[in-house]
Order: sequence, then C-alpha cells, then structure tokens
Amino acid sequence: MQNILEVKNLTVSFGEERVIDNLSFNLKKGENLVVVGPNGAGKTVLLKTLIGMLEFTGEIKWEKNVKIGYVPQKILPEKNIPLSIEEFFNFKSCLSLDRKITPEQIRKALQSVGISDFSILKKKIGVISSGQLQRILIAWSLIGKPEVLLFDEPMAGIDIGGEETIYNLLSQIDKEKHLTMVMITHDLSVVYKFADSVLCLNKSAICYGAPQEALTPEKLSQLYGGEMKVYSHAHL
Amino acid sequence: MNLNINQIFPSLITAIFVGGIAGYLGSLMLTKRMALVGDALGHVALPGIGLALLLGLNISLGAFVFLLLGVLLIWFLEKKTYLATETLVGVAFVLSLALGFLITPQPELLEALIGDISKTSLTDAILSIILTVLVLFVVKKIYSKIMLASVSEDLAAAEGINIAKYNFIYLLAIAIIVALGVKVVGSLLIGALVIVPAAASRIISSNMRQYVFWSAFFGILSCIGGILLSKATQFPAGPLIILVCIVFFIISLIFKKS
Repeated sequence: MQNILEVKNLTVSFGEERVIDNLSFNLKKGENLVVVGPNGAGKTVLLKTLIGMLEFTGEIKWEKNVKIGYVPQKILPEKNIPLSIEEFFNFKSCLSLDRKITPEQIRKALQSVGISDFSILKKKIGVISSGQLQRILIAWSLIGKPEVLLFDEPMAGIDIGGEETIYNLLSQIDKEKHLTMVMITHDLSVVYKFADSVLCLNKSAICYGAPQEALTPEKLSQLYGGEMKVYSHAHL
Repeated sequence: MNLNINQIFPSLITAIFVGGIAGYLGSLMLTKRMALVGDALGHVALPGIGLALLLGLNISLGAFVFLLLGVLLIWFLEKKTYLATETLVGVAFVLSLALGFLITPQPELLEALIGDISKTSLTDAILSIILTVLVLFVVKKIYSKIMLASVSEDLAAAEGINIAKYNFIYLLAIAIIVALGVKVVGSLLIGALVIVPAAASRIISSNMRQYVFWSAFFGILSCIGGILLSKATQFPAGPLIILVCIVFFIISLIFKKS
C-alpha cells in the first residue's frame, strides 16, 4: 500500500529543549495510527508539526496535494462570543481558496457526526455542550473532503456516555469515508479497538508497529514508567 | 440652539466615519487582553499629540507616529522579555501619560485629553473619510480570520492563517483609528469609543452579522448624538459622545433582560 505520509528523523525543539527527538514513522493510505504516551511526551506537538504549525528539522513528506482535516484538543470559545455555528462553518469557505461551501455541504457534514437537528446552526458556538462542540469540530474538519484526519484526544472533555458515542462516530466515519486517521489518546483501550498501528511516544518512539506486537508490557512500563500498573487497571 | 450646518458638517461627518469604524474595529476586541490594548493605545498617543500641538502640526499625525512606536515597542519587548502583553501595555501606558503631561502645553492639555471636534476642517474631514474607508476595506478582508483565531488559534493556524501577521495589521488599523479618534473624543476617551459600542452590541447579538452591524451603528449614533448634545449644551463633544455610548450600553442591558 502506498504511503500517504513519511516522517524521517523528525526533531522539534523549544529553545534548548528537545520535545520530539529523532522520530521516524510512515502512514499508509487508509491506515489508522494511534499515538499514545504520557503527558508532555510531545503528542500534540507532533500533530501541530505535521500540519505545519511548528518549525522542525528532519523530513515530513505528505502525499502531493493531500487534504488534511484537523481537530484540536480542546477549544474553549467564550460563552458570549457572538458567532453562530453556521457562521463558524462559513469561515471554512472564506478561508480556503476553493469555491464557497454550500448549506448542503454543512448539513451533510452535520449528518456524518450524528446531528440531524439543523436548528443548532443558529445557536451561538459558546453555549453548546462540550460533546456537541466536539461533534461540530469533527464536522468542521470533514468539510472539503479531507483524505487524512488528525485528532488530538477526541475523547477529552466528554462524559463516559458521550465518549462511547464519539468513538463509535469515528469508526462510523472511517467506514463510510475510508479515511486515513491519526489519533492521539490517553486511553489504551482505544488502541485495540481502533488502531492498525500504534506509536508510543515519549520524545522519541518507544514502540511502533501493529498494536498486538508493539504494545508489550515491557514497552508500556518503559513508556509510562512506574505509572503503568495504576494506569492499566484504572480502565477496568 | 445655534445650528449652522456649514459649521457643524465637517465635524459631524468626521465623527460619523470615525465612530462607525471605531465600533467596527472594536467588535474584534473579543478577548480581555485585546480590550486592554485598545484602551491603553489612546494614552500612548498623548505625547504625540502634545508634540504636535507644540510644533503646530496635525495632532492625528503626531498621535499616529507615537502609536506606531508604541505598537512596535510592545511587540519587540514581548518577543525579547516574554512578559505578558498586559504588563508591557501597562508600562507603555503610564510612560506615555507621564511624558504626555510634561510635553503638552498647559492650555491645550484639556483638548488633548478629551478632544475638540469643533476644530475639524473640511480637509480633515475628507482625509478622515479616505483613511476610515481604507481601514474598513482592509479589516473586512481579515475579519473572519481574526474571528476564527479568537475562537481557536489552533484551528486558525491549521487553516494556514498567519495569526501574528493579521494581528499586526489589525493593530495598525486600530492605531489609525485611534489617531483620527483623538480629535473627536481625545486620548483619554478614545478607548471607550472603540470598546463600548462593541460591548453594547455583544450583549444583544446572537450572531456575527448582527454583532458587526450594531457595533458600527452604536458607534455612529453615539457620535451624532454627542455632537448634537454638545451644540445644544455647549459642553465638549468628547465626553458627551462617550456618555451616549454608555446609554446604548445600558439600553442593551435592559433590552437583554426583558
């Protein structure tokens, strides 16, 4: 299968500190890669670097003209920001050089994330629940038909019931649209359900490969240090 | 009431354009940090106004030069010291006030602080119209980008928006409007003309289209109201314009509650 992304010897530094150190991996078309690692391991930095937000050394080679959708970790719009969700979607058309997006496209994107009540478009973006906002952000990233989706902890800030839904939702979207996805998560159970391959990141790659082979107990304890025991039982 | 239209026309038309665009620009001051910058920039203009009064130059020109210096200084120090913008703006703010009070000749100090729109000539008015329309044109182009960045800097950056660049353009636009606005309401009050109409508008708006409209509209109405009141009462226009702004703010609050 063809590679859609090749990363070689990627290093990202903030001043003196190396946040990502000599990281290499590939992403095949249609593959789902899950990135796990402790806090401060450089996971978010990795995604931001992949979409060109941060400076780096090494090599990041995307397939030519690839379209990327990105869902950031958390956005906290102020409650009274006078911006309707419809206007938020319309920003997409002001921003890209493509033609304007149509109301039809917005409705389709909303349907893909399980929103069928389109009256939400008239609501202010700061007043909807965090679960709804997460869906809206995913819908936003789907506009323009991306081939790759990058998710920074799509389950963060959603209650348990909602978490299950967002996960199902992502699987659903993946089935329908055959996307390539890169997802950051804290939740190791997601790896087994969702990932074709896993990257354990703590500044550099601790493990990389198919989950069953790469995620060995030794690698996990190396990744999380002493925390690991507590961590794995926390989800039982 | 002595309402000679020829006499009042240049000041009224200047105030309408400056007030409208001030309200429009103010609508992008969505964060606390930005609002503080807007308020402080008026004071940063004070030494420039004082110098222009001393040398007999156009006070907007003097104000603009100092605003530009202020914006560049804050931007430079922010990069070099990693101090919060609020702190740096605070420093620039008091420094300018102190310098401004020393430089500005005593008799003109009041004019520098609260403005004197009645001195506006037809040439001033034409220049103001040209500059405000230019600012409107530029800011309209970058409005969505700044709005998106204020919702989420990450999303904006992911869309390839250079946030620092657009913020800088926006600050320059603010500097131009503040420089023009100091003639209308003075350096002490220009911050209010930028912030209050947008704040009033924000209370009653449920989307961006309404928000932009009411921000500009409140700015325009406040200027017209303040100048007419000034003609009727002989009080200076600057403070009256701001008081009318505040009245709209209170009306918005009441309207929202009911």
